[in-house]
Amino acid sequence: MNKISVIIKREYVSRVRKKSFIIMTILAPLLMAALVVLLPLLMMNEDGDFKKIAVIEDNSDLFKGVIKNTKDAEYVYLENTRVEDLKKTFENEGYYGILYISPELVNTPNAIQLISKKQPPIGLLQDIERSLKKEIERQKLLSYKIDNLDEIMKNIETNVSIQTIKIDESGSVKETSTGIAMALAYIFGLLMYMLVFIFGAQVMRGVIEEKTSRVVEVIISSVKPVQLMMGKIVGIALVGLTQFLIWIFLTMAAVTVLKTTILQKSEPTEITQSVSQNLMSGDQQVAGTTQTADISPQLAEISKMFDNAMNQPWGLIIICFIFYFITGYFLYASVFAAIGSAVDNETETQQFMLPVTIPIILALMVAIATMQNPESSVSFWCSMIPLTSPIVMMARIPFGVPYWQIAVSMVLMLVTFMGFVWMAAKVYRTGILMYGKKTSWKEMWKWLRYSG
Amino acid sequence: MALFEAKNVTKQYGNQLALDNVSISVPEQCIYGLLGPNGAGKTTLIRIINQITGPDSGELFLNGKKLMPDDVQVIGYLPEERGLYKKMKIGEQALYFAQLKGLSRAEAMKRLKYWFKKLDIIDWWGKKVEELSKGMQQKVQFIITVLHEPKLLIFDEPFTGFDPLNTNIVKNEILFLRERGATIIFSTHNMESVEELCDNITLIDKAKTILEGSVDEIRSQWAANEYDLVFDGDVKIEGNGQYNILNQHKDNNKSIIRMKMTGNINTNDILQTVMKSGNIISFNPALPSMNEIFIRVIEARN
Repeated sequence: MNKISVIIKREYVSRVRKKSFIIMTILAPLLMAALVVLLPLLMMNEDGDFKKIAVIEDNSDLFKGVIKNTKDAEYVYLENTRVEDLKKTFENEGYYGILYISPELVNTPNAIQLISKKQPPIGLLQDIERSLKKEIERQKLLSYKIDNLDEIMKNIETNVSIQTIKIDESGSVKETSTGIAMALAYIFGLLMYMLVFIFGAQVMRGVIEEKTSRVVEVIISSVKPVQLMMGKIVGIALVGLTQFLIWIFLTMAAVTVLKTTILQKSEPTEITQSVSQNLMSGDQQVAGTTQTADISPQLAEISKMFDNAMNQPWGLIIICFIFYFITGYFLYASVFAAIGSAVDNETETQQFMLPVTIPIILALMVAIATMQNPESSVSFWCSMIPLTSPIVMMARIPFGVPYWQIAVSMVLMLVTFMGFVWMAAKVYRTGILMYGKKTSWKEMWKWLRYSG
Repeated sequence: MALFEAKNVTKQYGNQLALDNVSISVPEQCIYGLLGPNGAGKTTLIRIINQITGPDSGELFLNGKKLMPDDVQVIGYLPEERGLYKKMKIGEQALYFAQLKGLSRAEAMKRLKYWFKKLDIIDWWGKKVEELSKGMQQKVQFIITVLHEPKLLIFDEPFTGFDPLNTNIVKNEILFLRERGATIIFSTHNMESVEELCDNITLIDKAKTILEGSVDEIRSQWAANEYDLVFDGDVKIEGNGQYNILNQHKDNNKSIIRMKMTGNINTNDILQTVMKSGNIISFNPALPSMNEIFIRVIEARN
């Protein structure tokens, strides 16, 4: 046992000290933070430039002042200007583009053109479309000669969002959010996939390195092959764990720093800040929905989402995640180790990688499908079958899974995991001492039955 | 008493027989040569001794007791294909292997310093393996093998990659280890070093033992009644009924004559005859070299 810890230590220390590890560990959270903070920022501001847009209508002023100015676009209504003339000069006159509205618009909605030198941002287009659509609808309604139309319009303006409530067997009612469950399912599925692949592949490379450099013969004259294999698998798992913990910590730190520095100037900070204040000041404000809804519907939405997230069965999720991560990782890592032992160099691994990759990819695809329909039978079976269950079950859990299903899936997983490790150890033991022979599946099957 | 014994060891890989009923018995403090052409089964036997693989049948004994998994602690193995982690510093690497053999870190450190100084590679402690010459790597590997002071040492081609100077250093270290009580199994193709170092040998070919015994005995067995006679100055003699002259030549004012006895004849009688021809400097049985024996045995089997 003591020797396994020596092996684990070497596998761990030699990897953690590598430059590539240090760089990745520091860089990845920065990139993640940049993504988390800058992406919404970019999406809100589009390209951030202030745009002046000339609006020209042919022989009418139906839409004058309909499109409201926003903080990065101003609409200048030009009369007595012909599009043909302005087309040539609009850039020199300081316009970003020309919005041309033909008089036929009310009847043929396609009769709008935005002429510009650059591809206009989607936000701008949506803004224009929305404003015009509303106006056209209003004008069409006007033609029915309804009294007090403006008042009626204000009255019927509604926002709809569905509140999903799930009743479990004990009859207690929980407000759930499909959005949150989907996000969780997606994150867990992807995380498992990455962990298994990145670190499983590292195990394989490590085995190949030891085999090609012939270190393996020196080591297994001191320890058993199984000890070496397990030491390596555990050591690399610890490397992965270390990296993830640092990533989580650094990402959170970086997000906080970026948010306070970059977002300070822009409006959305105010919302986020007030939201967080609200959340911190207690549930009362969240409970007083009518009040908050009046003040800021967005705020109520966010606090509701927060509430929903807390409603997830976190204890179960964490236990399952740890269980499926450990067993799933060991299952795949041992297969990767066996493959590494059977080949002489990395290029030869291709033929063996495919059958290993397929269940993982399949699992990921089923996991995504699970988000659309958590109760489908494909999801059910894939969450039972051990090769796919770590990913698919994790995707199902946020939607609620009966305990017996989790239990069956776990037992199946445990049995298979032990079987795979045992088989992989046998293949590994023979494989690491075989050189210069192209290994086939048949050959590996034979190794399974070699004694000692 | 034999320190290590293998009895009737058989090992099969698939359809291929790697060892067929092979037995060896290695006396204590002996240097035991394991010889044989490529693919004869030497490496398989060595792996079985190291418990890297197990035999299909047969028994192994260390110090008269059955070989146990824990016995790897008292065995040191230098594989033919040297293996070190290329990206690891050699000091750390040596420490790692020493700990795998059960040494504590502190003890391993102490011994490593001693050996690194002794073999004059202490300055390279912090260098990565890929920066070292092949000979230097070999020295590190040698140290790793002997560091835990094993009772049984197994060297598979220990001299390849060394220049004559370093070959000599390592040779002396091996002899020194034997003096201090180690028993050594030594696999090589280099027959000169077999004559120089080995007390006993086993010759394996195609999975079977075909020659076994002490080096001296084997050589005199194969000495086909031939003698080398050396005279001072220019001397020529002719064959008679008792002996035939195979060849004679002059070298540095000496005459060297290879003669073959015709029957079981007393060498004193011959000396009395030939000493009349000139001043005899030496008269020795012309032992065939291990190289000759090796080639003759293997060729005879084919």
